[in-house]
Amino acid sequence: MSEDMEGSFETEGVHKQFMFLNRKAPYGTIYALEVLEMILISAAFEQNTNVVFMDDGVYQIRKGMDTKPVNMKNFSPTYRILEAEKEDADEDPDAEMKWRLIVEKESMEARGLTPEDFIIEVEVLPAKQVGELMAEMDVILGG
Amino acid sequence: MKFGILVNEGPFTHQASDSAYQFTKAAIAKGHQVMRVFFYYDGVNNANRLSEPQADDRNLVKLWGELAKEHKIDLVVCIAAALRRGIKEEILAEGFRISGLGQLIEVGIAADRTVMFGD
Repeated sequence: MSEDMEGSFETEGVHKQFMFLNRKAPYGTIYALEVLEMILISAAFEQNTNVVFMDDGVYQIRKGMDTKPVNMKNFSPTYRILEAEKEDADEDPDAEMKWRLIVEKESMEARGLTPEDFIIEVEVLPAKQVGELMAEMDVILGG
Repeated sequence: MKFGILVNEGPFTHQASDSAYQFTKAAIAKGHQVMRVFFYYDGVNNANRLSEPQADDRNLVKLWGELAKEHKIDLVVCIAAALRRGIKEEILAEGFRISGLGQLIEVGIAADRTVMFGD
């Protein structure tokens, strides 16, 4: 862990449920990129991590982004790191954390998307189940 | 109860920072502890000491600093978000410090509740 993560609070051995809520389209505002930065940093803390894509946030993991015409950095490939983190957590028998990558079904369908359109493998959950999961969370962060 | 506060909007465009400030004040008045206030997205603009609102308006940058001093609250500005927006050490208002996003995750783990203000 880098120096600035060694904080003043005792967090050793505490495993909480974190949800990162992605609700905004990937480009046009900075929210998607800065939520992604939050998720990547949080990985070092080995917490249970639930990444949810809903509303226009489902576009964040859509395949085939070409950002050249709008002169923006294409950060879409970085979402694959989330998949790698999930695989690491799944394969490590000692890991006390669990990763879930979730797309809200209604948001996906309203935009004519299917799981095949995404660059990462996701669970598709109906809004009701996302809501139930949300109620179980300790910390919800998003943009 | 121990609170972590996340402020996601700038001090003048959006109500979020005012609400976070009022919430923090009210929580302390009720005897709760605010472990840390973390500023992210345009929220980092709350730490800009060059802000000069008109004299008859509230100065949120100053108010945060005063509250932090009075109650020893840790005001942390995200370095990545800050640098993008030109918020650097040399223009940091009193009471604020620049650090990493790890400080947000850490307070999320340590606090009983993390409350986010912003869209």
